[in-house]
Amino acid sequence: MKRAARYIIFYTALFGLWTLLAELKIWPPYLFPAPWGVGQALYAGFQDHSYGIAIRVSMQRVLIGYSISVVLGMILGLGVASNKFLEETMGGLLVSLQSLPSICWWPLALLWFGLNQNAILFVVIMGSLLSVTLAMEDGRKQMPKIFGQAGRNLGAKGFKLFWYVLLPASLPFIVSGLKQGWAFAWRSLITAEMLYLSLGLGQVLMMGRDLNDMSAVIAVMILIIAIGYLVDGIVFKGMERHLQNKWGLTPAT
Amino acid sequence: MSTNVQKFPSQFPIPARAGSDPRFPAPTGAPGSKVGPISMGRAAPNVSPEISKVGLSEICLSYRTRSGERLLALDNISLQVRAGEFVCIVGPSGCGKSTLLHLIAGLQPQTCGQILIDGKPVQGPGTDRLMIFQEHGLFPWLTVGQNVEFGMKMKGVPKAEREEKTRYYLRLVHLAKFEKSYIHQLSGGMRQRVAIARALATEPDVLLMDEPFAALDAQTRDLLHDELERIWSASGRTIIFVTHNVREAIRLGDRVVLLTFRPGRVKSEFLVELPRPRQLEDPTVARAAREILDELRDEINRSLEAEYNEGVKPHVEPGVETGARL
Repeated sequence: MKRAARYIIFYTALFGLWTLLAELKIWPPYLFPAPWGVGQALYAGFQDHSYGIAIRVSMQRVLIGYSISVVLGMILGLGVASNKFLEETMGGLLVSLQSLPSICWWPLALLWFGLNQNAILFVVIMGSLLSVTLAMEDGRKQMPKIFGQAGRNLGAKGFKLFWYVLLPASLPFIVSGLKQGWAFAWRSLITAEMLYLSLGLGQVLMMGRDLNDMSAVIAVMILIIAIGYLVDGIVFKGMERHLQNKWGLTPAT
Repeated sequence: MSTNVQKFPSQFPIPARAGSDPRFPAPTGAPGSKVGPISMGRAAPNVSPEISKVGLSEICLSYRTRSGERLLALDNISLQVRAGEFVCIVGPSGCGKSTLLHLIAGLQPQTCGQILIDGKPVQGPGTDRLMIFQEHGLFPWLTVGQNVEFGMKMKGVPKAEREEKTRYYLRLVHLAKFEKSYIHQLSGGMRQRVAIARALATEPDVLLMDEPFAALDAQTRDLLHDELERIWSASGRTIIFVTHNVREAIRLGDRVVLLTFRPGRVKSEFLVELPRPRQLEDPTVARAAREILDELRDEINRSLEAEYNEGVKPHVEPGVETGARL
Protein backbone atom coordinates (compact mmCIF):
# COMPACT_ATOMS: atom_id res chain seq x y z
CA MET A 1 0.00 0.00 0.00
CA LYS A 2 2.71 2.38 1.05
CA ARG A 3 4.76 1.26 -1.92
CA ALA A 4 1.91 1.97 -4.31
CA ALA A 5 1.51 5.41 -2.78
CA ARG A 6 5.19 6.13 -3.29
CA TYR A 7 4.94 5.09 -6.93
CA ILE A 8 1.91 7.29 -7.50
CA ILE A 9 3.55 10.30 -5.89
CA PHE A 10 6.77 9.84 -7.86
CA TYR A 11 5.14 9.39 -11.25
CA THR A 12 2.61 12.16 -10.69
CA ALA A 13 5.48 14.49 -9.87
CA LEU A 14 7.43 13.33 -12.92
CA PHE A 15 4.50 13.87 -15.27
CA GLY A 16 3.70 17.15 -13.57
CA LEU A 17 7.22 18.39 -14.15
CA TRP A 18 7.15 17.19 -17.74
CA THR A 19 3.82 18.93 -18.36
CA LEU A 20 5.04 22.07 -16.68
CA LEU A 21 8.19 22.22 -18.79
CA ALA A 22 6.20 21.55 -21.94
CA GLU A 23 3.66 24.22 -21.00
CA LEU A 24 6.34 26.80 -20.31
CA LYS A 25 7.41 26.34 -23.92
CA ILE A 26 11.08 26.90 -23.16
CA TRP A 27 11.76 24.64 -26.12
CA PRO A 28 9.50 24.47 -29.20
CA PRO A 29 6.80 21.74 -28.94
CA TYR A 30 8.21 19.80 -31.91
CA LEU A 31 11.37 19.28 -29.85
CA PHE A 32 9.79 18.88 -26.43
CA PRO A 33 6.27 17.46 -26.74
CA ALA A 34 3.78 17.32 -23.87
CA PRO A 35 2.78 13.97 -22.32
CA TRP A 36 -0.58 13.82 -24.09
CA GLY A 37 1.14 14.36 -27.45
CA VAL A 38 3.18 11.22 -26.74
CA GLY A 39 0.02 9.48 -25.58
CA GLN A 40 -1.67 10.34 -28.87
CA ALA A 41 1.33 9.07 -30.81
CA LEU A 42 1.18 5.78 -28.87
CA TYR A 43 -2.52 5.46 -29.52
CA ALA A 44 -2.11 6.21 -33.23
CA GLY A 45 0.77 3.75 -33.52
CA PHE A 46 -1.25 0.91 -32.04
CA GLN A 47 -4.30 1.98 -34.02
CA ASP A 48 -2.61 1.54 -37.40
CA HIS A 49 -0.93 -1.69 -36.16
CA SER A 50 2.55 -0.42 -36.91
CA TYR A 51 3.61 -0.72 -33.24
CA GLY A 52 1.96 -4.12 -32.88
CA ILE A 53 3.83 -5.48 -35.88
CA ALA A 54 7.08 -3.89 -34.75
CA ILE A 55 6.78 -5.40 -31.28
CA ARG A 56 6.02 -8.83 -32.72
CA VAL A 57 8.95 -8.74 -35.12
CA SER A 58 11.37 -7.49 -32.48
CA MET A 59 10.24 -9.98 -29.85
CA GLN A 60 10.58 -12.82 -32.31
CA ARG A 61 14.13 -11.82 -33.17
CA VAL A 62 15.22 -11.32 -29.59
CA LEU A 63 13.69 -14.62 -28.53
CA ILE A 64 15.49 -16.57 -31.25
CA GLY A 65 18.78 -14.77 -30.66
CA TYR A 66 18.59 -15.00 -26.90
CA SER A 67 17.63 -18.69 -26.89
CA ILE A 68 20.58 -19.52 -29.11
CA SER A 69 22.97 -17.60 -26.91
CA VAL A 70 21.61 -19.23 -23.75
CA VAL A 71 22.18 -22.71 -25.14
CA LEU A 72 25.58 -21.86 -26.60
CA GLY A 73 26.58 -19.88 -23.53
CA MET A 74 25.75 -22.72 -21.19
CA ILE A 75 27.78 -25.20 -23.20
CA LEU A 76 30.69 -22.78 -23.50
CA GLY A 77 30.54 -21.70 -19.88
CA LEU A 78 30.41 -25.25 -18.63
CA GLY A 79 33.29 -26.20 -20.88
CA VAL A 80 35.40 -23.31 -19.70
CA ALA A 81 34.57 -23.99 -16.06
CA SER A 82 35.42 -27.66 -16.14
CA ASN A 83 38.56 -27.57 -18.23
CA LYS A 84 41.67 -25.97 -16.84
CA PHE A 85 43.22 -25.38 -20.24
CA LEU A 86 40.10 -23.67 -21.59
CA GLU A 87 39.72 -21.69 -18.41
CA GLU A 88 43.21 -20.27 -18.64
CA THR A 89 43.08 -19.52 -22.35
CA MET A 90 39.52 -18.87 -23.40
CA GLY A 91 38.46 -17.45 -20.04
CA GLY A 92 40.67 -14.42 -20.52
CA LEU A 93 39.62 -13.99 -24.13
CA LEU A 94 35.95 -14.00 -23.16
CA VAL A 95 36.45 -11.31 -20.57
CA SER A 96 38.34 -9.10 -22.99
CA LEU A 97 35.73 -9.65 -25.70
CA GLN A 98 33.11 -8.38 -23.32
CA SER A 99 34.59 -4.92 -23.53
CA LEU A 100 33.62 -4.83 -27.21
CA PRO A 101 30.19 -3.20 -27.70
CA SER A 102 28.02 -5.70 -29.51
CA ILE A 103 27.25 -3.30 -32.35
CA CYS A 104 30.91 -3.49 -33.34
CA TRP A 105 30.01 -6.90 -34.74
CA TRP A 106 27.59 -5.23 -37.15
CA PRO A 107 30.04 -4.51 -40.01
CA LEU A 108 31.39 -8.04 -39.72
CA ALA A 109 27.88 -9.47 -39.67
CA LEU A 110 26.94 -7.45 -42.75
CA LEU A 111 29.85 -8.79 -44.70
CA TRP A 112 29.25 -12.36 -43.55
CA PHE A 113 25.50 -12.58 -43.79
CA GLY A 114 24.52 -9.64 -45.99
CA LEU A 115 21.91 -7.07 -45.14
CA ASN A 116 19.28 -9.35 -43.64
CA GLN A 117 17.75 -10.78 -40.52
CA ASN A 118 20.66 -13.16 -39.90
CA ALA A 119 23.00 -10.23 -39.45
CA ILE A 120 20.69 -8.83 -36.77
CA LEU A 121 20.49 -12.20 -35.04
CA PHE A 122 24.26 -12.47 -35.09
CA VAL A 123 24.62 -9.14 -33.32
CA VAL A 124 21.99 -10.12 -30.75
CA ILE A 125 23.77 -13.40 -30.08
CA MET A 126 27.17 -11.76 -29.77
CA GLY A 127 25.64 -9.20 -27.43
CA SER A 128 24.29 -11.69 -24.94
CA LEU A 129 26.42 -14.79 -25.44
CA LEU A 130 29.34 -13.53 -23.42
CA SER A 131 27.37 -12.59 -20.33
CA VAL A 132 25.57 -15.93 -20.38
CA THR A 133 28.87 -17.77 -20.81
CA LEU A 134 30.60 -15.90 -18.02
CA ALA A 135 27.59 -16.34 -15.75
CA MET A 136 27.49 -20.06 -16.43
CA GLU A 137 31.20 -20.41 -15.81
CA ASP A 138 30.91 -18.51 -12.58
CA GLY A 139 27.78 -20.35 -11.52
CA ARG A 140 29.38 -23.67 -12.17
CA LYS A 141 32.31 -22.71 -9.96
CA GLN A 142 30.18 -21.27 -7.18
CA MET A 143 27.88 -24.26 -7.12
CA PRO A 144 28.62 -26.42 -4.06
CA LYS A 145 30.71 -29.44 -5.12
CA ILE A 146 28.57 -31.76 -3.10
CA PHE A 147 25.73 -31.67 -5.63
CA GLY A 148 27.94 -33.04 -8.37
CA GLN A 149 29.35 -35.68 -6.04
CA ALA A 150 25.93 -36.70 -4.80
CA GLY A 151 24.63 -36.87 -8.36
CA ARG A 152 27.48 -39.07 -9.55
CA ASN A 153 27.15 -41.15 -6.45
CA LEU A 154 23.51 -41.80 -7.29
CA GLY A 155 24.43 -42.95 -10.76
CA ALA A 156 24.06 -39.80 -12.86
CA LYS A 157 26.70 -39.27 -15.51
CA GLY A 158 27.28 -37.50 -18.79
CA PHE A 159 24.28 -35.63 -20.11
CA LYS A 160 22.03 -36.87 -17.30
CA LEU A 161 24.42 -35.42 -14.75
CA PHE A 162 24.37 -32.08 -16.55
CA TRP A 163 20.62 -31.98 -17.13
CA TYR A 164 19.35 -33.30 -13.81
CA VAL A 165 22.06 -32.08 -11.46
CA LEU A 166 24.58 -29.51 -12.66
CA LEU A 167 22.10 -27.30 -14.50
CA PRO A 168 19.45 -27.06 -11.78
CA ALA A 169 22.15 -26.79 -9.11
CA SER A 170 23.78 -23.83 -10.78
CA LEU A 171 20.55 -22.05 -11.70
CA PRO A 172 20.44 -19.76 -8.65
CA PHE A 173 23.97 -18.70 -9.44
CA ILE A 174 23.39 -18.01 -13.13
CA VAL A 175 19.98 -16.37 -13.02
CA SER A 176 21.51 -12.90 -12.68
CA GLY A 177 23.77 -13.63 -15.63
CA LEU A 178 20.80 -14.80 -17.68
CA LYS A 179 19.05 -11.58 -16.80
CA GLN A 180 22.03 -9.51 -17.82
CA GLY A 181 22.25 -11.53 -21.05
CA TRP A 182 18.63 -10.70 -21.78
CA ALA A 183 19.24 -6.98 -21.24
CA PHE A 184 22.24 -7.08 -23.58
CA ALA A 185 20.29 -9.03 -26.20
CA TRP A 186 17.48 -6.51 -26.11
CA ARG A 187 19.80 -3.52 -26.43
CA SER A 188 21.80 -5.11 -29.23
CA LEU A 189 18.62 -5.88 -31.11
CA ILE A 190 17.28 -2.34 -30.97
CA THR A 191 20.65 -0.93 -32.00
CA ALA A 192 20.92 -3.27 -34.96
CA GLU A 193 17.34 -2.56 -36.00
CA MET A 194 18.06 1.16 -36.00
CA LEU A 195 20.86 0.62 -38.50
CA TYR A 196 18.90 -1.51 -40.87
CA LEU A 197 15.36 -0.88 -42.11
CA SER A 198 13.65 -4.13 -41.32
CA LEU A 199 10.43 -3.51 -39.39
CA GLY A 200 11.00 -3.95 -35.67
CA LEU A 201 10.97 -1.33 -32.93
CA GLY A 202 14.37 0.07 -33.81
CA GLN A 203 13.17 0.95 -37.26
CA VAL A 204 9.96 2.55 -35.99
CA LEU A 205 12.11 4.64 -33.69
CA MET A 206 14.25 5.83 -36.59
CA MET A 207 11.12 6.51 -38.62
CA GLY A 208 10.03 8.96 -35.95
CA ARG A 209 13.28 10.80 -36.46
CA ASP A 210 12.92 10.77 -40.24
CA LEU A 211 9.44 12.24 -39.98
CA ASN A 212 10.65 14.75 -37.42
CA ASP A 213 7.94 13.45 -35.08
CA MET A 214 9.30 13.84 -31.57
CA SER A 215 6.13 12.46 -29.96
CA ALA A 216 6.51 9.23 -31.92
CA VAL A 217 10.20 9.00 -31.00
CA ILE A 218 9.43 9.28 -27.30
CA ALA A 219 6.47 6.92 -27.64
CA VAL A 220 8.70 4.21 -29.13
CA MET A 221 11.37 4.80 -26.50
CA ILE A 222 8.75 4.26 -23.84
CA LEU A 223 7.68 1.06 -25.57
CA ILE A 224 11.25 -0.26 -25.63
CA ILE A 225 11.72 0.52 -21.94
CA ALA A 226 8.35 -1.00 -21.05
CA ILE A 227 9.03 -4.27 -22.85
CA GLY A 228 12.47 -4.62 -21.30
CA TYR A 229 11.00 -3.93 -17.89
CA LEU A 230 8.07 -6.29 -18.34
CA VAL A 231 10.23 -9.23 -19.43
CA ASP A 232 12.52 -8.62 -16.50
CA GLY A 233 9.62 -8.28 -14.09
CA ILE A 234 7.61 -11.25 -15.32
CA VAL A 235 10.16 -13.80 -16.55
CA PHE A 236 13.18 -13.20 -14.36
CA LYS A 237 11.49 -12.06 -11.18
CA GLY A 238 9.20 -15.07 -11.54
CA MET A 239 12.19 -17.33 -11.96
CA GLU A 240 13.85 -15.87 -8.89
CA ARG A 241 10.72 -16.28 -6.83
CA HIS A 242 10.37 -19.85 -8.01
CA LEU A 243 13.95 -20.64 -7.03
CA GLN A 244 13.52 -18.94 -3.71
CA ASN A 245 10.47 -21.06 -2.92
CA LYS A 246 12.36 -24.23 -3.67
CA TRP A 247 15.75 -23.44 -2.24
CA GLY A 248 14.47 -21.39 0.66
CA LEU A 249 17.04 -18.70 0.14
CA THR A 250 17.51 -15.52 -1.77
CA PRO A 251 19.62 -16.61 -4.72
CA ALA A 252 22.82 -14.72 -5.17
CA THR A 253 21.69 -12.05 -7.58
CA MET B 1 41.79 -53.93 29.31
CA SER B 2 38.07 -54.32 29.21
CA THR B 3 36.91 -57.70 28.14
CA ASN B 4 34.31 -56.12 25.96
CA VAL B 5 36.70 -54.51 23.60
CA GLN B 6 39.52 -56.46 22.07
CA LYS B 7 42.36 -54.50 20.72
CA PHE B 8 44.18 -55.81 17.75
CA PRO B 9 47.78 -55.03 17.13
CA SER B 10 48.41 -52.07 14.97
CA GLN B 11 48.46 -52.74 11.30
CA PHE B 12 51.39 -50.50 10.93
CA PRO B 13 54.08 -51.52 10.27
CA ILE B 14 52.64 -54.10 7.97
CA PRO B 15 53.96 -57.61 8.55
CA ALA B 16 56.13 -59.03 5.86
CA ARG B 17 53.51 -61.51 4.80
CA ALA B 18 50.12 -62.13 6.22
CA GLY B 19 50.10 -65.45 8.03
CA SER B 20 53.87 -65.60 8.56
CA ASP B 21 53.69 -63.65 11.76
CA PRO B 22 51.87 -65.24 14.68
CA ARG B 23 50.25 -61.91 15.45
CA PHE B 24 48.85 -61.85 11.94
CA PRO B 25 47.37 -65.23 11.19
CA ALA B 26 46.24 -66.15 7.75
CA PRO B 27 43.64 -63.80 6.37
CA THR B 28 40.08 -64.57 7.18
CA GLY B 29 38.62 -62.59 4.35
CA ALA B 30 39.60 -62.33 0.73
CA PRO B 31 43.09 -63.34 -0.29
CA GLY B 32 45.55 -60.64 0.53
CA SER B 33 43.61 -59.60 3.58
CA LYS B 34 45.77 -58.37 6.41
CA VAL B 35 43.08 -58.01 8.97
CA GLY B 36 43.62 -59.83 12.19
CA PRO B 37 41.30 -62.60 13.32
CA ILE B 38 37.96 -61.19 14.19
CA SER B 39 36.13 -63.21 16.75
CA MET B 40 32.84 -64.30 15.30
CA GLY B 41 31.52 -65.90 18.43
CA ARG B 42 29.13 -63.19 19.36
CA ALA B 43 25.46 -63.06 18.58
CA ALA B 44 25.18 -61.11 15.38
CA PRO B 45 21.90 -62.11 13.80
CA ASN B 46 22.27 -60.09 10.63
CA VAL B 47 25.87 -60.63 9.82
CA SER B 48 25.93 -62.94 6.87
CA PRO B 49 28.63 -65.57 6.45
CA GLU B 50 32.06 -64.26 6.21
CA ILE B 51 32.76 -62.85 2.80
CA SER B 52 34.79 -59.74 2.24
CA LYS B 53 32.28 -57.25 0.93
CA VAL B 54 34.64 -54.33 0.77
CA GLY B 55 38.33 -54.99 0.52
CA LEU B 56 40.97 -52.30 0.66
CA SER B 57 44.48 -53.42 0.00
CA GLU B 58 47.42 -51.11 0.50
CA ILE B 59 45.56 -47.96 -0.44
CA CYS B 60 47.51 -44.77 -0.63
CA LEU B 61 46.65 -41.33 -1.84
CA SER B 62 48.91 -38.39 -2.42
CA TYR B 63 48.21 -34.90 -3.60
CA ARG B 64 50.38 -32.44 -5.35
CA THR B 65 49.85 -29.18 -3.56
CA ARG B 66 49.89 -25.84 -5.29
CA SER B 67 53.48 -25.24 -4.26
CA GLY B 68 54.40 -28.47 -6.01
CA GLU B 69 55.24 -30.63 -3.01
CA ARG B 70 53.64 -34.01 -2.58
CA LEU B 71 51.38 -34.52 0.35
CA LEU B 72 50.67 -38.05 1.45
CA ALA B 73 47.09 -38.13 2.72
CA LEU B 74 46.51 -41.85 3.07
CA ASP B 75 49.19 -44.46 3.41
CA ASN B 76 49.05 -48.21 3.13
CA ILE B 77 45.51 -48.75 4.28
CA SER B 78 44.29 -52.32 4.23
CA LEU B 79 40.90 -53.22 5.55
CA GLN B 80 38.44 -56.01 4.97
CA VAL B 81 34.77 -55.46 5.68
CA ARG B 82 32.41 -58.41 5.81
CA ALA B 83 28.95 -58.29 4.28
CA GLY B 84 26.51 -56.95 6.82
CA GLU B 85 29.20 -55.57 9.05
CA PHE B 86 29.00 -52.14 10.65
CA VAL B 87 32.49 -50.68 10.65
CA CYS B 88 33.26 -47.29 12.14
CA ILE B 89 36.36 -45.35 11.18
CA VAL B 90 37.59 -42.79 13.68
CA GLY B 91 40.52 -40.43 13.60
CA PRO B 92 41.46 -36.83 14.18
CA SER B 93 40.35 -34.31 11.61
CA GLY B 94 42.80 -34.27 8.76
CA CYS B 95 43.50 -37.98 8.87
CA GLY B 96 41.77 -38.50 5.56
CA LYS B 97 38.91 -40.63 6.80
CA SER B 98 36.36 -38.79 4.66
CA THR B 99 38.69 -39.03 1.70
CA LEU B 100 38.87 -42.78 2.22
CA LEU B 101 35.09 -42.96 1.83
CA HIS B 102 35.30 -40.90 -1.35
CA LEU B 103 37.77 -43.43 -2.70
CA ILE B 104 35.49 -46.35 -1.86
CA ALA B 105 32.58 -44.46 -3.43
CA GLY B 106 34.70 -44.08 -6.55
CA LEU B 107 34.32 -40.32 -6.56
CA GLN B 108 38.06 -39.94 -6.64
CA PRO B 109 40.83 -42.32 -7.72
CA GLN B 110 43.43 -43.56 -5.25
CA THR B 111 47.11 -43.20 -6.03
CA CYS B 112 47.98 -46.81 -5.35
CA GLY B 113 46.44 -49.98 -4.01
CA GLN B 114 43.17 -51.56 -4.88
CA ILE B 115 39.60 -51.31 -3.69
CA LEU B 116 37.49 -54.39 -4.23
CA ILE B 117 33.76 -54.69 -3.89
CA ASP B 118 32.71 -58.33 -3.92
CA GLY B 119 36.13 -59.06 -5.34
CA LYS B 120 35.74 -56.63 -8.24
CA PRO B 121 37.89 -53.51 -8.43
CA VAL B 122 36.14 -50.16 -8.08
CA GLN B 123 36.10 -48.10 -11.24
CA GLY B 124 34.22 -44.89 -10.64
CA PRO B 125 30.98 -44.40 -8.78
CA GLY B 126 28.41 -47.16 -8.61
CA THR B 127 25.03 -47.48 -7.00
CA ASP B 128 26.10 -50.66 -5.22
CA ARG B 129 27.76 -48.40 -2.66
CA LEU B 130 26.19 -45.11 -1.73
CA MET B 131 27.58 -42.24 0.18
CA ILE B 132 25.71 -40.22 2.79
CA PHE B 133 27.43 -36.90 3.23
CA GLN B 134 27.75 -34.81 6.35
CA GLU B 135 26.09 -31.95 4.49
CA HIS B 136 23.49 -34.46 3.31
CA GLY B 137 23.90 -33.36 -0.35
CA LEU B 138 20.18 -33.42 -0.99
CA PHE B 139 19.00 -31.54 -4.05
CA PRO B 140 17.17 -28.37 -2.98
CA TRP B 141 15.44 -28.02 -6.35
CA LEU B 142 13.60 -31.30 -5.88
CA THR B 143 10.95 -32.30 -3.39
CA VAL B 144 11.69 -34.89 -0.71
CA GLY B 145 9.99 -37.55 -2.81
CA GLN B 146 11.88 -36.59 -5.97
CA ASN B 147 15.14 -36.71 -4.04
CA VAL B 148 14.46 -40.23 -2.83
CA GLU B 149 13.44 -41.19 -6.35
CA PHE B 150 16.52 -39.70 -7.99
CA GLY B 151 18.85 -42.68 -7.97
CA MET B 152 16.13 -44.99 -9.26
CA LYS B 153 15.33 -42.49 -12.02
CA MET B 154 18.98 -42.48 -13.09
CA LYS B 155 18.91 -46.26 -13.14
CA GLY B 156 15.81 -46.23 -15.36
CA VAL B 157 13.44 -47.88 -12.89
CA PRO B 158 9.83 -47.59 -14.18
CA LYS B 159 7.75 -44.80 -12.68
CA ALA B 160 5.20 -46.93 -10.84
CA GLU B 161 7.91 -48.93 -9.12
CA ARG B 162 9.78 -45.77 -8.27
CA GLU B 163 6.76 -44.23 -6.61
CA GLU B 164 6.05 -47.33 -4.62
CA LYS B 165 9.63 -47.62 -3.37
CA THR B 166 9.82 -43.92 -2.61
CA ARG B 167 6.78 -44.23 -0.38
CA TYR B 168 8.21 -47.35 1.24
CA TYR B 169 11.55 -45.78 2.10
CA LEU B 170 9.98 -42.54 3.27
CA ARG B 171 7.80 -44.56 5.63
CA LEU B 172 10.91 -46.39 6.80
CA VAL B 173 12.45 -43.12 7.97
CA HIS B 174 9.08 -41.80 9.21
CA LEU B 175 8.82 -39.03 6.67
CA ALA B 176 5.85 -40.20 4.59
CA LYS B 177 4.01 -36.97 5.24
CA PHE B 178 6.80 -34.86 3.81
CA GLU B 179 6.97 -36.34 0.34
CA LYS B 180 5.94 -33.06 -1.29
CA SER B 181 8.04 -30.76 0.89
CA TYR B 182 11.21 -29.06 -0.19
CA ILE B 183 14.47 -29.71 1.61
CA HIS B 184 14.77 -26.28 3.18
CA GLN B 185 11.47 -26.84 4.95
CA LEU B 186 12.90 -29.76 6.93
CA SER B 187 14.97 -29.79 10.10
CA GLY B 188 18.55 -31.04 10.09
CA GLY B 189 17.59 -34.46 11.44
CA MET B 190 14.83 -34.85 8.88
CA ARG B 191 17.25 -33.96 6.10
CA GLN B 192 19.64 -36.69 7.17
CA ARG B 193 16.75 -39.15 7.24
CA VAL B 194 15.84 -38.13 3.69
CA ALA B 195 19.48 -38.66 2.72
CA ILE B 196 19.35 -42.13 4.25
CA ALA B 197 16.10 -42.92 2.45
CA ARG B 198 17.54 -41.62 -0.81
CA ALA B 199 20.59 -43.83 -0.45
CA LEU B 200 18.58 -46.89 0.56
CA ALA B 201 16.10 -46.44 -2.28
CA THR B 202 18.72 -47.37 -4.87
CA GLU B 203 19.24 -50.53 -2.81
CA PRO B 204 22.98 -50.42 -2.39
CA ASP B 205 24.84 -53.23 -0.66
CA VAL B 206 27.14 -50.82 1.08
CA LEU B 207 26.35 -47.54 2.80
CA LEU B 208 29.22 -45.11 3.20
CA MET B 209 28.39 -42.56 5.85
CA ASP B 210 30.60 -39.52 6.22
CA GLU B 211 30.02 -38.01 9.66
CA PRO B 212 26.32 -37.90 8.85
CA PHE B 213 25.18 -36.84 12.31
CA ALA B 214 28.00 -34.47 13.22
CA ALA B 215 25.98 -31.32 12.65
CA LEU B 216 22.93 -32.46 14.62
CA ASP B 217 21.91 -31.80 18.19
CA ALA B 218 22.31 -34.58 20.75
CA GLN B 219 18.66 -35.64 20.96
CA THR B 220 18.25 -35.86 17.22
CA ARG B 221 21.46 -37.80 16.96
CA ASP B 222 20.32 -40.33 19.56
CA LEU B 223 17.10 -40.89 17.64
CA LEU B 224 18.95 -41.30 14.39
CA HIS B 225 21.35 -43.79 15.98
CA ASP B 226 18.38 -45.91 16.97
CA GLU B 227 16.83 -45.54 13.57
CA LEU B 228 20.04 -46.36 11.71
CA GLU B 229 20.62 -49.43 13.85
CA ARG B 230 17.07 -50.57 13.18
CA ILE B 231 17.41 -50.08 9.44
CA TRP B 232 20.79 -51.77 9.42
CA SER B 233 19.64 -54.83 11.30
CA ALA B 234 16.47 -55.06 9.19
CA SER B 235 18.20 -54.67 5.86
CA GLY B 236 21.50 -56.42 6.44
CA ARG B 237 23.45 -53.71 4.64
CA THR B 238 27.15 -53.26 5.08
CA ILE B 239 27.90 -49.89 6.62
CA ILE B 240 31.17 -48.00 6.76
CA PHE B 241 30.66 -45.07 9.06
CA VAL B 242 33.19 -42.29 9.48
CA THR B 243 33.09 -40.17 12.61
CA HIS B 244 35.38 -38.27 14.92
CA ASN B 245 33.16 -39.16 17.84
CA VAL B 246 34.51 -42.30 19.52
CA ARG B 247 31.40 -42.92 21.58
CA GLU B 248 29.26 -42.76 18.48
CA ALA B 249 31.58 -45.28 16.86
CA ILE B 250 31.18 -47.67 19.77
CA ARG B 251 27.45 -47.05 20.00
CA LEU B 252 27.04 -48.18 16.40
CA GLY B 253 29.96 -50.27 15.22
CA ASP B 254 30.78 -53.93 15.21
CA ARG B 255 34.32 -52.84 14.75
CA VAL B 256 36.14 -49.55 15.19
CA VAL B 257 39.13 -48.71 13.05
CA LEU B 258 41.42 -45.98 14.28
CA LEU B 259 43.37 -43.93 11.75
CA THR B 260 46.49 -41.93 12.45
CA PHE B 261 46.94 -38.25 11.71
CA ARG B 262 48.39 -37.31 8.33
CA PRO B 263 49.21 -39.48 6.58
CA GLY B 264 46.20 -41.59 7.51
CA ARG B 265 47.21 -45.14 8.38
CA VAL B 266 45.35 -47.81 10.27
CA LYS B 267 46.67 -47.46 13.79
CA SER B 268 44.56 -50.11 15.45
CA GLU B 269 41.30 -51.93 15.28
CA PHE B 270 38.87 -52.69 18.06
CA LEU B 271 36.17 -55.26 18.06
CA VAL B 272 33.14 -54.06 19.95
CA GLU B 273 31.30 -56.91 21.56
CA LEU B 274 28.85 -55.01 23.72
CA PRO B 275 25.30 -56.24 23.37
CA ARG B 276 22.94 -54.23 21.19
CA PRO B 277 21.11 -51.94 21.42
CA ARG B 278 23.71 -49.81 23.12
CA GLN B 279 23.20 -46.40 24.63
CA LEU B 280 25.56 -43.55 24.09
CA GLU B 281 25.68 -42.83 27.81
CA ASP B 282 26.15 -46.45 28.95
CA PRO B 283 29.13 -46.79 31.29
CA THR B 284 30.33 -49.74 29.22
CA VAL B 285 30.30 -47.59 26.12
CA ALA B 286 32.14 -44.87 27.99
CA ARG B 287 34.75 -47.33 29.23
CA ALA B 288 35.33 -48.71 25.77
CA ALA B 289 35.51 -45.19 24.41
CA ARG B 290 38.15 -44.31 26.97
CA GLU B 291 40.38 -47.06 25.70
CA ILE B 292 40.14 -45.95 22.13
CA LEU B 293 40.42 -42.31 23.10
CA ASP B 294 43.69 -43.00 24.88
CA GLU B 295 45.13 -44.12 21.60
CA LEU B 296 43.41 -41.41 19.64
CA ARG B 297 44.73 -38.74 21.99
CA ASP B 298 48.26 -38.96 20.58
CA GLU B 299 46.94 -38.47 17.10
CA ILE B 300 44.77 -35.57 18.13
CA ASN B 301 47.75 -33.99 19.82
CA ARG B 302 49.79 -34.47 16.68
CA SER B 303 47.07 -32.88 14.60
CA LEU B 304 46.80 -29.92 16.95
CA GLU B 305 50.56 -29.51 17.01
CA ALA B 306 50.64 -29.55 13.24
CA GLU B 307 47.90 -26.96 13.16
CA TYR B 308 49.73 -24.62 15.53
CA ASN B 309 53.04 -25.04 13.81
CA GLU B 310 51.86 -24.74 10.28
CA GLY B 311 49.53 -21.88 10.88
CA VAL B 312 47.03 -21.80 8.09
CA LYS B 313 47.15 -25.18 6.49
CA PRO B 314 43.66 -26.59 6.58
CA HIS B 315 43.19 -30.29 6.25
CA VAL B 316 42.62 -31.47 2.76
CA GLU B 317 38.97 -31.51 1.81
CA PRO B 318 38.04 -34.48 -0.29
CA GLY B 319 37.95 -33.61 -3.92
CA VAL B 320 39.13 -30.08 -3.54
CA GLU B 321 42.76 -30.19 -4.53
CA THR B 322 42.74 -33.37 -6.44
CA GLY B 323 40.71 -32.26 -9.41
CA ALA B 324 38.14 -34.89 -8.58
CA ARG B 325 36.46 -36.25 -11.64
CA LEU B 326 33.29 -34.32 -12.25
